Amino acid sequence: MAKRIDVQGLTAYYGSHKAIEGITLQVEPRSVTAFIGPSGCGKSTFLRTLNRMHEVTPGGRVEGRVLLDEEDLYGPGVDPVSVRRTVGMVFQRPNPFPTMSIYDNVAAGLKLNGIKYRKSELDDIVEKNLRGANLWNEVKDRLNKPGSGLSGGQQQRLCIARATAVEPEVLLMDEPCSALDPISTLAIEDLIDKMKAQFTIVIVTHNMQQAARVSDRTAFFNLSAIGEPGRLIEVDGTEKIFSNPSVQATEDYISGRFG
Amino acid sequence: MSRPEAHTATGAPAVERVTLRPPRLPSWSVAALAVGSLALGIAIGLIGGFESRVQWGLIAAVVFVATTFWLSAAIEGRRFATDRMAAILVWACFIVAVLPLASLLWETVARGLPGVDWYFLTHSMNGVLSWQDGGGIYHAILGTVQQVLLASLIALPLGLLTAVYLVEYGRGRLAKAITFFVDVMTGIPSIVAGLFILSLWIMMLDFGYSGFAGAMALAILMMPIVVRSTEEMLKLVPNELREASLAMGVPKWRTILKVVLPTAIGGITTGVMLALARIAGETAPIILLVFGNNMINGNAFEGAQSSLPLYIYEQWGYGTEAAYDRAWAAALVLIAFVMILNLAARGIARWKAPKTGR
Repeated sequence: MAKRIDVQGLTAYYGSHKAIEGITLQVEPRSVTAFIGPSGCGKSTFLRTLNRMHEVTPGGRVEGRVLLDEEDLYGPGVDPVSVRRTVGMVFQRPNPFPTMSIYDNVAAGLKLNGIKYRKSELDDIVEKNLRGANLWNEVKDRLNKPGSGLSGGQQQRLCIARATAVEPEVLLMDEPCSALDPISTLAIEDLIDKMKAQFTIVIVTHNMQQAARVSDRTAFFNLSAIGEPGRLIEVDGTEKIFSNPSVQATEDYISGRFG
Repeated sequence: MSRPEAHTATGAPAVERVTLRPPRLPSWSVAALAVGSLALGIAIGLIGGFESRVQWGLIAAVVFVATTFWLSAAIEGRRFATDRMAAILVWACFIVAVLPLASLLWETVARGLPGVDWYFLTHSMNGVLSWQDGGGIYHAILGTVQQVLLASLIALPLGLLTAVYLVEYGRGRLAKAITFFVDVMTGIPSIVAGLFILSLWIMMLDFGYSGFAGAMALAILMMPIVVRSTEEMLKLVPNELREASLAMGVPKWRTILKVVLPTAIGGITTGVMLALARIAGETAPIILLVFGNNMINGNAFEGAQSSLPLYIYEQWGYGTEAAYDRAWAAALVLIAFVMILNLAARGIARWKAPKTGR
């Protein structure tokens, strides 16, 4: 479990528009890496290139290499579906499947892949992942109720349980707390801290304190002007980035003297 | 209303008190005005010696609108008067739109209901002459149901898959061309669809009249409606759900089958049912391709059949008292059939809609 990500010279396009350029970065296994930077600098785009979700957007294409333990995700013959089973994703807005119950939402990844499980096996997986997402105690009596009836924070934890149920090695989180209140945010940050023992976690966030709280390493992205591609400015240990960054732009951004 | 720019001695503008409870007309005033204008309209009509009741009504309407506006403007102010005018306009449009529908329903029920009984529903017209009483629509119901079912068997898979292609896969020229031709197909008159199948199936390929031939023409009419409504419903499914599924490593076809379609199933069903209701009432292609038959023919692939719209048309054509009664009764049954389909569609849509409750 938990793989190392090694990105080498990655450039991503939307049609003819270059969204990010020349990104080289390593993510250690069983660690939390945070991406920070202003809106539109390509953090989310970069995150989506890590499990080949970028190409789902019409016109999306990628140059460069993303190695997952020595294996290039963009190499010839690589099946994007297998990549996404290995590298899971949690989105900005909680998006449980509205037609499914809480139970079915967690089991969705397994059921949708057409693998037949015994009922008891599935029960165990659902319970384990709901416990893992710190949601079990809140929903154990209403597993057959629709997932959309939960609060926003609960829905997001449900989505995390759904993403972990397929047992990925890496978990990508695209601003998972931006739609949540401070208490739900705290619940998810605790969860991230707990999950990093098992997964490699990459999280995009606009919340500087959150990056400082949860991550081991922090990467700062920026773009020189609107319409220009986003670039990686620097990546380092979170403590270093927030106390003594090596690039002036990082310090300006973190201390709010941006622009 | 313009606010008076009064100034006090110090030069600062005086603050005009805005009242939170402006004067309103009492709630019974609308009814009183309506009754009053009606009385005035009748009075003017009687005194002026106008024959037509429509003229009386128009006079009453003009009086009602004028007095309401004047009274409201005087007491409540300009904004409320305009509001009342808009409300009158909306109500008038609603009544004009509903009147024909209500009168049509009333007429059909009043004339058709006496003729509908168990005998009527379970017997054919075999051996019944046009001026005789008796006879029934069993053969026509059977024909309609078979033809509509066959048409759906052809049109539904094609239509649903086309819509899935257009929304989930279609890019570029091919998708644009398909959308264009679907739009064109929506406008095909039913008689043209009938003539197309007539020339292809019966004249060129030399098959005979049959329910199946009619069903093919109905399928042509049904397909674009199914494509259009399904397309719109699939577009409503949030992209986040597709991405959530794809991000778990679910292949695209399974995502469409297990996430996208179930989410949209309520709306799709409604669209399909409406398309069914539309083709159930088609007459032109049936006349050309199914020909009409007074006897029961349960085989839709061989020989002439009947159908409800065609039956109504035939009976009306006979022009006898007994045939008129049968036509009205059959019309009522057809309307009921379509209405039941619509109600079923609403029921399914409500039942299958994504649940939001706790």
